Amino acid sequence: MNAIPWHELVICIPLLGFFWIRAKASRDARSVCLAFAGITLALACGLYLGGLQSPAGSFEGWFGWNLIHIDQFSAPLIPLTALIYFVTLLATVGHKTQQFPFAGALVSESLTLGTLSTDTTWWMILLVSLSVVPMWFELKARGCSTRVYEIHQATFVGCLILGGCLSERSGAPALNLSVVLLTLAVLVRSGAFPFHLWRIDMFEKASFGSSILMVSPMLGAYLCMRLVLPTEPEWALHAISFLSLATSVYASGMALVQNDGRRFFCYLFLSHSSLVLVGLELATPIGLTAALCMWLSVGLALTSYGITLRCIEARVGRIDLNRYYGLYSHMPTMAAFFLLTGLASVGFPCTIGFIAGELLIESAMNFSPWIGWIVVLATALNGIAVMRAYFRIFTGTKHPTTIPMHSQFEERFAIVGLSLLILAGGLYPQPEVESSYQAAIHLLEDYHRAGDHGLKKEGSVIGPAAEASPAEASPVRRVH
Amino acid sequence: MSSVLSCLAAIVLGCPILTLLILGFCGLIQRPLPERLVDRLTKFHVAMGLVATLGILGIMIGTNHPMEVLDLGNFVEIGQEHFHFHLEFIFDRLSIPMVLMTFVLVGVIGSFANIYLQGDAGYYRFFVCFSMFLVGLLFAFLAGTIETLFLGWELVGLSSALLIAYFHERRSPVENGLRVWGIYRVADAAFLMAALMMHHWTDQGEFLRMVNDQPWPQGTSHLDPLASLSVGLLLLIAAAGKSGLVPFSGWLPRAMEGPTPSSAVFYGALSIHLGAYLLLRLAPIFADSFVVRGLMFGLGALTAIYAAMTARVQTDIKSALAFSSVCQVGIIVMEIALGFWYLALVHIIGHAFLRSLQLLRAPTLLRDYRTLENAIGGRLANGQPAWIARMANHRQIQWYQFALERGYMDSMIDQALLKPFRKLFKAFERMENDWLRWLESAKGSGSMKKTIRQDWL
Repeated sequence: MNAIPWHELVICIPLLGFFWIRAKASRDARSVCLAFAGITLALACGLYLGGLQSPAGSFEGWFGWNLIHIDQFSAPLIPLTALIYFVTLLATVGHKTQQFPFAGALVSESLTLGTLSTDTTWWMILLVSLSVVPMWFELKARGCSTRVYEIHQATFVGCLILGGCLSERSGAPALNLSVVLLTLAVLVRSGAFPFHLWRIDMFEKASFGSSILMVSPMLGAYLCMRLVLPTEPEWALHAISFLSLATSVYASGMALVQNDGRRFFCYLFLSHSSLVLVGLELATPIGLTAALCMWLSVGLALTSYGITLRCIEARVGRIDLNRYYGLYSHMPTMAAFFLLTGLASVGFPCTIGFIAGELLIESAMNFSPWIGWIVVLATALNGIAVMRAYFRIFTGTKHPTTIPMHSQFEERFAIVGLSLLILAGGLYPQPEVESSYQAAIHLLEDYHRAGDHGLKKEGSVIGPAAEASPAEASPVRRVH
Repeated sequence: MSSVLSCLAAIVLGCPILTLLILGFCGLIQRPLPERLVDRLTKFHVAMGLVATLGILGIMIGTNHPMEVLDLGNFVEIGQEHFHFHLEFIFDRLSIPMVLMTFVLVGVIGSFANIYLQGDAGYYRFFVCFSMFLVGLLFAFLAGTIETLFLGWELVGLSSALLIAYFHERRSPVENGLRVWGIYRVADAAFLMAALMMHHWTDQGEFLRMVNDQPWPQGTSHLDPLASLSVGLLLLIAAAGKSGLVPFSGWLPRAMEGPTPSSAVFYGALSIHLGAYLLLRLAPIFADSFVVRGLMFGLGALTAIYAAMTARVQTDIKSALAFSSVCQVGIIVMEIALGFWYLALVHIIGHAFLRSLQLLRAPTLLRDYRTLENAIGGRLANGQPAWIARMANHRQIQWYQFALERGYMDSMIDQALLKPFRKLFKAFERMENDWLRWLESAKGSGSMKKTIRQDWL
């Protein structure tokens, strides 16, 4: 068993699936895609829960690089991402299969998992830069304008590469410029205000499923943790914090006035992912714990919410939130899950988001009461937006139709599975919080160490916080 | 807490949770229980809860213990950071009467609803929300920590909004449900901030620790004046939102869109007193803060006067009863501010029972009036107070209009908050659309005109 490079397999299996679909020109791309995504998920879960280790030297022997690096921070993100891909693909049924790029989704999954499995700067930059390509192909294939997407992604990739180059040079001006560029890259990828337009554009033009897959793994936040945070001076942390806070409130306000269902979801996601960034930028043990918990809760709850919205869209067309649909009598289960997942995302009690929200507000309050206030405001607005969407879609009128609108087994399975995780995480949150806290502590330890080696700039707020970390054996699972 | 008491406390909390889980799970898997079974399950668990609460009360009286604490430990804990979400439930002079009242009223109104909604398409949905409401209330009333109270507070808010929108195939109940949910979110935000500020300043969320382990209503806290004022103001906003005090009173008549049983249990009896309960529970903490107590008294007085005026001119019975309830809650808040805490507790219980009865009788009001008039052999008096009669005619009309329009409170909130908010974000949306258009056409691509965006806009 130990001779098998498990981590590399998790990354390569979706890629194999892509080649399979291409080589066989399989007509049933969905089944093939689902099989490969399922195997990837099973392996990722096995690695996370069972602690399967890759043998030493699997990649190092080939390239001389230590490409795979999974620590407590990225360990839960890998099965989470695999799960997001699997359930989204599973819920792609009916006429959605005609438009959905299954092969592209597998490439995207492979690149995303690869990004999450490494902390080697150039490898990460390469993978995350490539991860923007499948969506570009999809937009092209759909005959849509790709200009907005291109402008933003070119800025992102350009800043990332330039920032990466400059970070290797010595001298304060080059390093400062590198920080600015990397920060800009993170902000563009995360869709922070005012760099969020590509997300709206993408949600409107691409398939809903692909758009969910593009945003749900939150690679912008991951880049922030890996590339920006360890070497960031205080001013840059404050800049990201400020923009993330502004984005969270702005996006929650925008979600509240949207008439288009996809735009609504896009803003809702933006608001929550910005809250994750806020937690990360607080750079305190509890702030990082909150961010990591929120990462999981947003990933699960909003993916599930997006899938539900997508199922509804598949039945009634693009959702106009300016009118009432009254779908409750046709799909009561879907209504219940829509409400449950929406409320979970805004931190309703007994759901996975509750403790994450509490932790985030607590850490924000400890940092500054004003940040706490803004986070609470954003959460309150998101809560109203979620309920508004529920009422508009499921109530307000009788939906006259003779076509059966009930959900299909695959859709139900995907949503029920995620909902169970959401409830389980809400009713028994201690393991998740404990694991996130350990990850936070070790991240801060790493940064503290980086600071000791002169990799961190003066004035960083990360250093002192790390002093609280307990002296434990390193949980980093490094592949040599 | 002894093992017998622990068992009884577990029954008090466990039975309603079990009902909610059974009803919720069967609903989610699309296998709703038959109406008769729902009725029996609800009645059984409410009866069990009531008996268990009486048992706890009996033991407490017998052993002369004014307070029993059920400590379930930490729900979440990060020891190194002193973060913990503690689950603790207090059975004391304040919570036991409230819980007894809750079980009695929920039992009675549940039985009423079983007949009232029999055969209705939303029967099952009603009882799911109803059991969620009961769980929320019990968590709120028995909470020993501010976080547990918040948990119950949120459950009550959600079930309340969903029950207002019970007749969900009509727009009006749904719009009102959303409006109430919006106000509840404001109240929740204020509550959450107050809870966190208390944590921040006192480093604890347990009510007992805050008042030096003294049973209610004894003990005082040592919050400094500024902290006390900040937390007190936030809690006042939270209570005002939940109990429909000024300036949030406008939501209460809107909430009457729900079925009569839910109106009775939520806005006549239990939910409306939740804000007052919060103030009552935390009253010892603010006992020394005259500013907070002064503000509380002012808010209560303003609400009572406003609601008394408004209730007199309402043209439908449920709205009139709603404003009468608000008036009484205003008076209760005044009593809390003056330090008459036992009086406030008795007032809450008396008012809840009376108002529930009135709301349940509301659908047969005309019949009751006729019966009454037949009994007394004449018309019921419909006079106006002497001080109004002495007012100039145009003043009377002005005040009448003011009361009829419910103090223009809803329209003030609309004009001052909602419309500018919507206008602002719609302007942002337009700017974004313009920006997107500009980005798309920036390099003069001929295919731009074919894009979805232009169709969209």
